[in-house]
Amino acid sequence: MEHRQWDWDIGKKKIADFHQWRDLYKQVQEPVVSPDGETLAAVVEVEDMVFSVCENGKLWENTFDRIWYPRFGPNSRLAALVSTEAAWTVATADCPWEAVFDFVWDPRFSACGGHISAAAQNEGQYNAVTDGVAWNASYPSLSGLAMANDGTKTAAVVQTVPFNSGDIFQFQEGCYSAAVNGKPWEHNFLNLWELNFSPDGRSLAAEARTTLYDYTIVVDGMPWPASFESVWKPVFHPADGSVTAPVRKSGKWFLAKNGAIIWEKPFLQLWHHQYSRDGRCIAAIVAPAFGKWTVAVDSRPWSLHFSDLVTDLAISPDGNRVACVGCTDGRWAVAVDNRCWNDRFDMVWQPVFSPDSRHVAAKVEKQGRFFILVNGRPLKQTFSELWDPVFSPDSTRLMVRGIEDQNSGHYCRYVFQLSDLV
Amino acid sequence: MTKSLPTDLAVIPDKGVDGAAARLTPERVARVIQILLAEEGGARLKVYTETCVHCGLCSEACHFYLSNDKDPRFAPAAKVKQTLDPMIRKNGRVSVDFMKKACEIAFTECNLCRRCVMYCPFGIDISYLMLFVRRICHRLGMVPQYIQDTAHSHSATLNQMWVKEDEWIDTLQWQEDEARDEIPDLRIPLEKQGADVMYSVIGPEPKFRAQLIYQAAVIMHAAGVDWTMPATPGWDNSDMCMYTGDSEMMARLKKVHFETAMRLKTKRIVMGECGHAFRSVYDVGNRHLGWKMPPLPMVHAIEFYYELFRDGKLSLAKKYDVPLTLHDPCNVVRGRGLHEMARFVIHKTCTTFIEMHPNREHNYCCGAGGGVINCGPPYAKKRVEGNRVKADQLAAAKAKGARVIIAPCHNCHGGLEDIVKYYELDMEIKFLGDIIYECIEKGEVDS
Ligand code: SF4
Ligand code: SF4
Repeated sequence: MEHRQWDWDIGKKKIADFHQWRDLYKQVQEPVVSPDGETLAAVVEVEDMVFSVCENGKLWENTFDRIWYPRFGPNSRLAALVSTEAAWTVATADCPWEAVFDFVWDPRFSACGGHISAAAQNEGQYNAVTDGVAWNASYPSLSGLAMANDGTKTAAVVQTVPFNSGDIFQFQEGCYSAAVNGKPWEHNFLNLWELNFSPDGRSLAAEARTTLYDYTIVVDGMPWPASFESVWKPVFHPADGSVTAPVRKSGKWFLAKNGAIIWEKPFLQLWHHQYSRDGRCIAAIVAPAFGKWTVAVDSRPWSLHFSDLVTDLAISPDGNRVACVGCTDGRWAVAVDNRCWNDRFDMVWQPVFSPDSRHVAAKVEKQGRFFILVNGRPLKQTFSELWDPVFSPDSTRLMVRGIEDQNSGHYCRYVFQLSDLV
Repeated sequence: MTKSLPTDLAVIPDKGVDGAAARLTPERVARVIQILLAEEGGARLKVYTETCVHCGLCSEACHFYLSNDKDPRFAPAAKVKQTLDPMIRKNGRVSVDFMKKACEIAFTECNLCRRCVMYCPFGIDISYLMLFVRRICHRLGMVPQYIQDTAHSHSATLNQMWVKEDEWIDTLQWQEDEARDEIPDLRIPLEKQGADVMYSVIGPEPKFRAQLIYQAAVIMHAAGVDWTMPATPGWDNSDMCMYTGDSEMMARLKKVHFETAMRLKTKRIVMGECGHAFRSVYDVGNRHLGWKMPPLPMVHAIEFYYELFRDGKLSLAKKYDVPLTLHDPCNVVRGRGLHEMARFVIHKTCTTFIEMHPNREHNYCCGAGGGVINCGPPYAKKRVEGNRVKADQLAAAKAKGARVIIAPCHNCHGGLEDIVKYYELDMEIKFLGDIIYECIEKGEVDS
């Protein structure tokens, strides 16, 4: 269901009596909530070492020896990793894949939620599996699974050349590559990390180490013409196919595009850069000096800075606004457009922009209670568990999903009129 | 201190060092040293190397020097004199054979324990200078084979022991199953968002000492801690790259470690009983990335156990009654001052505590730290014989009745085990967690 078809009627819906589950089952694990807020689910132990999933109070028919990592996909379909007698698979909405594996982990959803991939191991051989179908090829090791947005491709770092334990010089020749749908790139590398597909899924970029000291970015198997002291995760431009990545040169960090430096200003650190949707603007987390953290937009750092860290960068849909989470002396805050919201918290989650880019909301925690801030002001409800706020597609409403910390301990879904809040 | 040192260039054969030497030319050696001196040999290096007056006051601090019958070659300042000094003086124009010897000295004759800093009137940190030599060795590709293999594991798997992604998760689930036989409602919560604590360990725990994860889970459970462990790379806090001179890889490891906790939104990271990893997350690795301190509070197990007892979170079913002593690990005692907290925990949990001497920040290194034990079997004998003073120190504690040594650090365990065996001391070595696990009320125990 599209976001706009979700229930955006103003009001509060009681979805599930979560606290009651604790009386019913021997063990209730951490609950998860669907993106549309309509379902609360948790792994529960129904008998000694027999597990199922409870969705809104209703148990899956299947039970397993172990279930973990239940996660809702973007289409609000629940998937979990399940095992029976040491055979593992993925179960979606109470339906396990037919194929089973010695181990399966790191599940990924396609952007629409229609496809699920995971990393899999059988008899010490590794590959990726999508919707129950594994790659044709398998490898002695696999890490860093990545999935294209449309779910048609998966990629992972795989070992392509065998080497014996302690054979350091063979390792230094390059024994790893990236396999896309099972097929490795032509070249091998010492290391590859942070595989990242282009938005259209046609290209794959990765961080690479080509000698013990030379790092570069590799796109579809081809290294950039330049190498650096280190690099961080490459990102594709949303439209033109170019690739940018933070690169380290003479001890300082710069942003480079297709191998050439484009942010001339050096930073002590620069990472997690992001494009605006139209690709016009790039924002990144930077440290202009030691112990001084902020955000740079198109290479210009904010004057505001935090001493401990900056994380969870977010760019507004129109590309004109940037938000982040920052921490100074152990006190967490939200910052938007170079200004810090007033209050400080024990923890802050990634800020969320409204689709029209005018509003920002974030989940925060203080003294064990969770609540939502909208444009810097707290909503009055507090919760014992809370999920990220969701704006309606027309930016007039805000959905809050949380387990109430008073009275009943119900999981509820609220929809607020934004104009009443701001 | 003697002014001229023997110039014996004999070295212990090592595949990593010899293999690299075969490919090196003196020109490349000179070029790499010149570049590193110019680019990374900043004020600290200059001050240390130019301030040393060769007074020799640091010599008596070093267990290598003391254990090798005060052979002047093992004096801290002499290690600089045999390695960095000629490189600086000759502007890098040293032979490949010279580099092999320098490599052996920097990697296997200094535990980077920083004991000598306390004895130097100028506070010269020899370990910093030995790390600079190692940095040069790394850039020459000349690193002892065993520790280089470990560095490769760090790069390929982001952990120290070639543990694959699935093996890590499987180990945690296996330990949870084992622990549930004892405590039916125990969990090792994986990937829990927003827990108070992310618990991180070093690579050898899932590989060789999985029972330590079990014990930690029991302690967390008994204390009612809201905790989690990650199911992704980033779970390993250890860092041999810090010791091989591969600063770039060290930075990468610390980034993934801290960002794993940030992704899980935990308020702090509690780490197991490891010393070198603490140095990496609390001092060296975090700072290389630009964080002045760890970006999230980083709590060593000693401090965590101290908090749990101080706050009455754990109660005891019994006290451990075998007489014991404590080995203060360099990286968390000289590096962080956790010695009184360790004693607080011992006094809470044990009946008979016998101090070894010297102790606290003056304790002798175990001889394994600084990556020395990780250089592997070729250097094992030299390492153990280079720490005879530790054996004497332990024997003195034993003479007073100590039968057990508590060593709240993995490297110290390895080093002390070798010493106990080689010098036939017949003492048992335990982690603080072993004692706590044995003595606490564990909650609901399955009969
Ligand atoms: S082993 Fe310790 S005391 Fe000896 S030189 Fe190295 S840092 Fe100094
Ligand atoms: S005590 Fe300090 S000044 Fe004296 S020899 Fe040692 S390092 Fe040099």
